[in-house]
Amino acid sequence: MKKNLKYNALWLLFAVVIYGLIYLLYFTGVITPFTEYTLIMIGINIILALGLNLIIGFAGQFSLGHAGFMAIGAYSASILSIKFPTMGGFFLGILVGMVIAGIIALVVGLPTLRLKGDYLAIATLGISEIIRIVIINMGTLTNGPAGLFGIPPMVNWPLIFGFVAVVSLVIINYIRSGAGRATQAIREDEIAAESMGVNTTKYKVIAFIIGAVTASVAGALYASYIQTITPKDFGFMKSIDILIIVVFGGIGSVSGTFVAAIVLGILNMLLQDAGALRMIIYALALIVIMIYKPGGLLGTWEFSMKGFVTRVNKKEETADVSTKREKSN
Amino acid sequence: MDGQLLVQQLVNGLFLGSIYALLALGYTMVYGIIKLINFAHGEIYMIGGFLGYFFINHLKLGFFPALILAMAGAAIVGVLIELLAYRPLRKSTRIAALITAIGVSFLLQNSMIYFFGPDKRSFPQAIKHVSYNFGFIQVSNIQLLILATAVILMIVLQLIIKKTKMGKAMRAVSVDADAAQLMGINVNRTISFTFALGSALAAAAGILIGLYYNSIDPMMGVVPGLKSFVAAVLGGIGIIPGAALGGFVIGLLETFTIAIGFSEYKDALVYALLIVILLIRPAGILGKNLKEKV
Amino acid sequence: MSLLNVKNLTKNFGGLAAVSNVTMTFEPNELVGLIGPNGAGKTTLFNLLTGVYEPSEGLITIERSGKQQTINGLKPYKIADLGLGRTFQNIRLFKDLTVLDNVLIAMNSKNSESFLSSILRLPDFYKKEAQLQAQAAELLAIFNLQDQALALAKNLSYGQQRRLEIVRALATKPKVLFLDEPAAGMNPQETQELTQLIRKIQKDFKLTIVLIEHDMSLVMDVCQRIYVLEYGRLIAHGLPDEIKNNPQVIEAYLGGELTC
Repeated sequence: MKKNLKYNALWLLFAVVIYGLIYLLYFTGVITPFTEYTLIMIGINIILALGLNLIIGFAGQFSLGHAGFMAIGAYSASILSIKFPTMGGFFLGILVGMVIAGIIALVVGLPTLRLKGDYLAIATLGISEIIRIVIINMGTLTNGPAGLFGIPPMVNWPLIFGFVAVVSLVIINYIRSGAGRATQAIREDEIAAESMGVNTTKYKVIAFIIGAVTASVAGALYASYIQTITPKDFGFMKSIDILIIVVFGGIGSVSGTFVAAIVLGILNMLLQDAGALRMIIYALALIVIMIYKPGGLLGTWEFSMKGFVTRVNKKEETADVSTKREKSN
Repeated sequence: MDGQLLVQQLVNGLFLGSIYALLALGYTMVYGIIKLINFAHGEIYMIGGFLGYFFINHLKLGFFPALILAMAGAAIVGVLIELLAYRPLRKSTRIAALITAIGVSFLLQNSMIYFFGPDKRSFPQAIKHVSYNFGFIQVSNIQLLILATAVILMIVLQLIIKKTKMGKAMRAVSVDADAAQLMGINVNRTISFTFALGSALAAAAGILIGLYYNSIDPMMGVVPGLKSFVAAVLGGIGIIPGAALGGFVIGLLETFTIAIGFSEYKDALVYALLIVILLIRPAGILGKNLKEKV
Repeated sequence: MSLLNVKNLTKNFGGLAAVSNVTMTFEPNELVGLIGPNGAGKTTLFNLLTGVYEPSEGLITIERSGKQQTINGLKPYKIADLGLGRTFQNIRLFKDLTVLDNVLIAMNSKNSESFLSSILRLPDFYKKEAQLQAQAAELLAIFNLQDQALALAKNLSYGQQRRLEIVRALATKPKVLFLDEPAAGMNPQETQELTQLIRKIQKDFKLTIVLIEHDMSLVMDVCQRIYVLEYGRLIAHGLPDEIKNNPQVIEAYLGGELTC
């Protein structure tokens, strides 16, 4: 019991350190309004990619529909924010988005998650597109293809940091629990999992819902930061952007997702003016990674606080032993 | 509801359906032989359109020579893609192959945007538009050309599949690649040939559409590509007559949706149809069910 | 009342009857063999009984609190919950997960943690996890796999993998355990060890074991009763000695009369 508290405390310390680091970057002027965009987008992308990795990497369900759920969150938060331009209104928008995304994920997921591999991918792509088309056709509520603008800015980097921390906590704790294990069993071998008593439909749908709800939250944060959204922002391209992070980082690696989101975020900033060339590079990288490392660049490697502490302790031990040896010589 | 408008739209649906059918055939052949959804197929269609544009505009060729050459060019592109991107993944998971296909699709789209700009280009009027009237139904010569070309190509394809050695090889590899190899069939060559055929058909569709709408752009393959995939699944994925059937059904469905006044939802309807088929009858109209052996 | 009852079970795949009109019963705490030439339908029968396939005709019931409960058409996870566990002919371990995780997953349905407890890491969660890990470790120790607990299942030796398959199935706390060719690919010594293992499982865990096997020495040695399947039909049923000398069984395996 004490051990668990110790590791949890270490993680809390880690989070505080990161927060402090970012604050320092702001304080010393390293982060400018230009680079802030990258920082915020990295945070939002971490949330998106974690959710998608849960679905694809841990539950083994190939979903290409993430953008649709992001759109739901973005529009809910925007519409309610514009109507009630307060923090309360914004949070209400986030909540409404989460509920709608969750319900749609449940209703759509139950029948669709029976499908396998390629078929599931195309079906989820279709779902995402249907959501987008419905949003376009909701008249004055969503302002059609022109989208919404003048969305009140309610987010700053501490708020994003907070959401990233909470979402990460939820997803990581879920993965490292009985339910998370059952979910991974489905990825490994669905028939064997079911024969061992795992209700595969339930766990697939739960993973899908968690993914959808977190995508919706990310969408709300995105809308509030960028302050302008159009249906075009949430097309297939967006789903692929997130897929790229998941694939580069490692399909089934949470640590990999963090690393990839940060690296790709910075890369995006550096390649900003390259336009289509940027996408060409990413597309090529995607193909090359699939050919040589289909599990993603970091595979299923995970950073483990336990492992880190154990290695630090071992280093101290060997240091002690060698100083003892020196003394006795 | 205007009865005349309805009939006109249904007639339009036949022509649209021909395009989808040509594209769907490529999807179904490739899926049948290597169980891969060739996400980049829509881009081959787009490249076909661009090749046609190049041959007509810059090399001043006539329509039919341009068509043949574009089909050949696209065939080469298709074969190259299979060789470089899909063949190394033959033994990989389905998901890895699908991600690669998505990668190829994006690579082609963005390469075209990078080298030729994202804007629409006007496709030369290689054949003058003439309108015919059959009673109240209006049909253009281009539409008839589309229908005729599609039908001829489908017949040629059917002949190749049924009557040639390569066609037999294609059918054999689709059923059991290992057994086919043991029987002396060069599986790699057969797969390349399949890609070449499918790509040629897609290119034909691309040029025909370019001619009909007088425009091409690098993103033109995305939506038709998806819809044709739905058509292939509807007819029965891996079944060639199914692709043709599916193509026409989707084309008719789309124009019918426009006719009854729901044109904003025409794409959504096709996607919804896909989900419904996959849930109710994944084998498609002409398909049969296969269960996994445990 | 029998523990597991199978009546007139039939499964058609298209025009082919893979299993045809099979009737069997299984009592508590017995060791039953299921033999027959390749393609006789043995694994199909297992799949029907564990819910992987749905019967075309016939009835499967399991005894529960004094009543016979029909399990036709129930999903495999529900049937596993009701007490039917199984191993697979071609090992289907969760390859990229640890040995311990493989066992923990099988224990999950009877020991689920609450969602909130897991997410918030309440003390209840840690207690439950500790309990589960202890139980799993115990189980692994019985089968000499405790040292491999944190190894990935795919890195085990073939023999260890086959053992883990069995341990995993046992972790679901079954009343009936279906073993599908557990001795496949084993040499005589490993088969001997397996025989001891099966006897030990039946004694210590007090369950019914149904065994598909091609290794006749193992079957005759360990089974109390044997069913024989050919072309989807039951052609014989009885004690090992009876089956050994049954002319129909001999013909099914050797394919014809022996003429001297």
